[in-house]
Amino acid sequence: MSMAQTMANPPKTISPFLQVQDLHVAYISRAGQKSPALAGLSFEVRPGETLGVLGESGSGKSTLAAALLRLLPGNGEIEKGVVLFEGQDLLRAEPRTLQRIRGARIAVIFQEPSLALHPMIRIGEQIKDVFAAHESSSRGVLRQKTLQLLAEVFPTDAARIAESYPHQLSGGQQQRVLIAQAIACGPSLVVADEPTASLDPSTQMEILSLFRKLREKFHLSVILITHNPAVLAGFADRVLVMYAGKAAEVGPAEKVLGSPQHPYTRALLQSMPSQLEGYANQRKSKLPVIPGDAPNLEVLATGCRFEARCADRMELCTRREPAVVNVGESHAVSCFKYGE
Amino acid sequence: MGLNHDNAERLLIVENLEKVYAGRGVLGTKKEVIALQGVSFSIRPESTLALVGESGSGKSTLAFCLACMERPTSGRIIFQGNEITALDEKQQRAVRPQIQLVFQDPARSLNPRFSALELVSEPLLVQGRLHKRKREDRARALLAQVGLPQEKALQRAEEFSGGQRQRLAIARALALEPKLLILDEALSALDCSVQAQIANLLLELQSSLGLTYLFITHDFAMAGHLADEIAVMERGKVVELGAADRVLREPEHEITRRLIAATPRLGSAAHLPQVV
Amino acid sequence: MRYFLHRLLQAAFLLIGVSILTFLFSALAPGNYFDEMRLNPQISPETVAALRAQYQLDRPLPVRYVRWLNSLLHGEMGYSFAYNSPVAPLLWVRARNTLLLTVIATLIAWALALPLGIWSATTLGRLPDRALSGVTAALLVIPDLVLALGLLIIAVRTGWFPTGGMVSVGFENLSPVQKFRDIALHMELPVIALVLSALPILVRHVRAAFADVLSTPFLRAAASHGIQQRTLLYRYALRAAANPLISLFGLSMGALLSGSLVIEVVMSWPGLGPLLLEAILARDLYVVIAGVLCSTIFLVAGNLLADVLLYLADPRIRTEVVAR
Repeated sequence: MSMAQTMANPPKTISPFLQVQDLHVAYISRAGQKSPALAGLSFEVRPGETLGVLGESGSGKSTLAAALLRLLPGNGEIEKGVVLFEGQDLLRAEPRTLQRIRGARIAVIFQEPSLALHPMIRIGEQIKDVFAAHESSSRGVLRQKTLQLLAEVFPTDAARIAESYPHQLSGGQQQRVLIAQAIACGPSLVVADEPTASLDPSTQMEILSLFRKLREKFHLSVILITHNPAVLAGFADRVLVMYAGKAAEVGPAEKVLGSPQHPYTRALLQSMPSQLEGYANQRKSKLPVIPGDAPNLEVLATGCRFEARCADRMELCTRREPAVVNVGESHAVSCFKYGE
Repeated sequence: MGLNHDNAERLLIVENLEKVYAGRGVLGTKKEVIALQGVSFSIRPESTLALVGESGSGKSTLAFCLACMERPTSGRIIFQGNEITALDEKQQRAVRPQIQLVFQDPARSLNPRFSALELVSEPLLVQGRLHKRKREDRARALLAQVGLPQEKALQRAEEFSGGQRQRLAIARALALEPKLLILDEALSALDCSVQAQIANLLLELQSSLGLTYLFITHDFAMAGHLADEIAVMERGKVVELGAADRVLREPEHEITRRLIAATPRLGSAAHLPQVV
Repeated sequence: MRYFLHRLLQAAFLLIGVSILTFLFSALAPGNYFDEMRLNPQISPETVAALRAQYQLDRPLPVRYVRWLNSLLHGEMGYSFAYNSPVAPLLWVRARNTLLLTVIATLIAWALALPLGIWSATTLGRLPDRALSGVTAALLVIPDLVLALGLLIIAVRTGWFPTGGMVSVGFENLSPVQKFRDIALHMELPVIALVLSALPILVRHVRAAFADVLSTPFLRAAASHGIQQRTLLYRYALRAAANPLISLFGLSMGALLSGSLVIEVVMSWPGLGPLLLEAILARDLYVVIAGVLCSTIFLVAGNLLADVLLYLADPRIRTEVVAR
């Protein structure tokens, strides 16, 4: 059965598709010092939808990508939480089960394509290895599948790319290879961490188009993690905004990006130069910025994490963390402005 | 290309700059790489010229030539009325402090083990100016000017965040009181909200110190925001050059149009993807 | 390909240079083989002078060098005063004995170092790693001499191993199989000594190379595709860790002839080591030069081998990097 056929009949799942509940992850230094990265993150992904995760440095977004499949570095520790996928908790699954899920049911594309490929193994081999990890077909069959897969992401050059080494490819080409590896075994969920960060604008556009095409063709659910809100516009169905290891706001993309409710989201979107949008700030005027820097999660005071930099802060904000409040159709915010 | 050069008025004039790298291909064949071809433009004092292009367009080569780190194969660079391409190595060294570079990745352009104070004093030390006490005072003043708190002066570079490190890189570039600052993708590696902070800092410094900027980037949105004039480069050539407003609203060259279309934007109801 | 021809040429020049230097130093060092004889009042000075003339030690240096080169081309490598024979046959026998020891010891050392180093790297910071680090540190600190003597003492006290030499008395009368076993028995102790002295450095290097690789992004990415632990370790990690280890391997080739000197001397193994030592002490000029030259050949060959292997193993060296 060809890959296209496998993907055309996705397995039926119960909704929601992926559910993350109260995830706490920290990094422990040699000396035993704890550095929290995720402090109670909860969200869900519905079947077939694209969730954009918007987060800047220090928000915990990359930790999230690694934690979903338990691929944290040696000093990372999942302290608490549940990740429900297709009926089981990934955080408590047996290693064998996890290995079967990785790549075959959920695929993760990490940052920095130039570092994510083995420098001494040919591209074709590295793709073949992904297939070989989940099925025991003969070498001939695997080679066939590899070329077929490469043709999806490299319409003209597939055979040459298969024989190349990673350092012989450009950044955009490397990213395509990573995407190919991710969809090889027909996963239903693909998590992409900053897939466009180090690329030129036209390459970025090509990669996003490629994502759209594959998402359509193989009925993928996607979690796209990025720090650039503009990338999510027109691509994500829903957007989750992360700040300091927690969710600040989550809702339909047009709502979150068009009329953001959380003060952080609002301030973030306002700080972007708008010369190319319909409304333009005056050129060379000062952009409205979020004062200060991202908080140091090791030394957090009680209260809302954004309070110190928030334009709308109130006295209540220093006393405890805000609960999640619904402000619209599946649009939720974690802010005292909208309720306690 | 549509702008007349009043030589007396322009801080920097570049005329027909060419840079060819003689390389060796596989099996020893001679392979020439033409990095810059016939590049001409100029920058008015205290203004910002944005140089927009993708990788391989020659932007960084141009930056190195202007900062006197590379010798162009042919063409002229006239800075403050002096033709610096005609100078020899020693004379060029006198000009270098006037033109400083800020790079894209502060993690790699700053020695992570040095403290902020040491990094900013280093240019002063190398140039042999001022004695120790004065150097430290000047370094502290620079740190304050870029918005870094004094308590952090003795912290090592590796302990700073990305945005703070870039401020540090800027402070260091300002140590020798340059007239022209070349920012080579200086904002590209930063988070969006941090880009805004640094952009504001740059604008502030421009007006308080009378700096001139050459802002190299592939981000048209930021270029449109910070620049007075925009030049677009493709494969070593300048394909479009003009006032920022004009280039954004009425781009003439196909490359410019393509780059503007490829820049992701928020108001995306109208932003339809191009077919790959 | 051109690169390697270039290297071979370099190597040839290097060897010539080394031979000249060794010649020079040995000849310039005070004293010569016949000095001891001169001290002996029973031998007249004329006899000594005649002997010197016979062995051509009174000719000027360049002449002697050329004559030596000539002898080299005839496969003789000069003449040994002490043994009264051309150097070459002496050398080959001894070198063969040394190689027997060192090749086997190197193979065993690497065969042990790889799994131990990998185990250390995969349990970084935990008990197995810390225990192994302690043991290797202790072994590193013990000098070869002490190690060899210690093992000898054990051999003497327990009688488990023969205490030196390469063959037992009456070797000639044994059948081929028995001869083989006899030599093997005598090899045990020196090989153990060699392995123990080489092991700590190898284990540490393997550990370091692997620890580096295990934390790389591409390994994590491979794990994210569901690739099994075993494949990850032996295909992905090993290939990436190979570079520094290949260089190390090349260097250890270089030490094949020279690294076992102390152990051979202490354990009376008839290898190149004792021969060289005697020759130096007795000023047996041409033996010394030949010995040094041999070791140099191995060193150069080892480096060249490492370069070839590196070239084959790492595609980044072989091919061009695409400009971004």
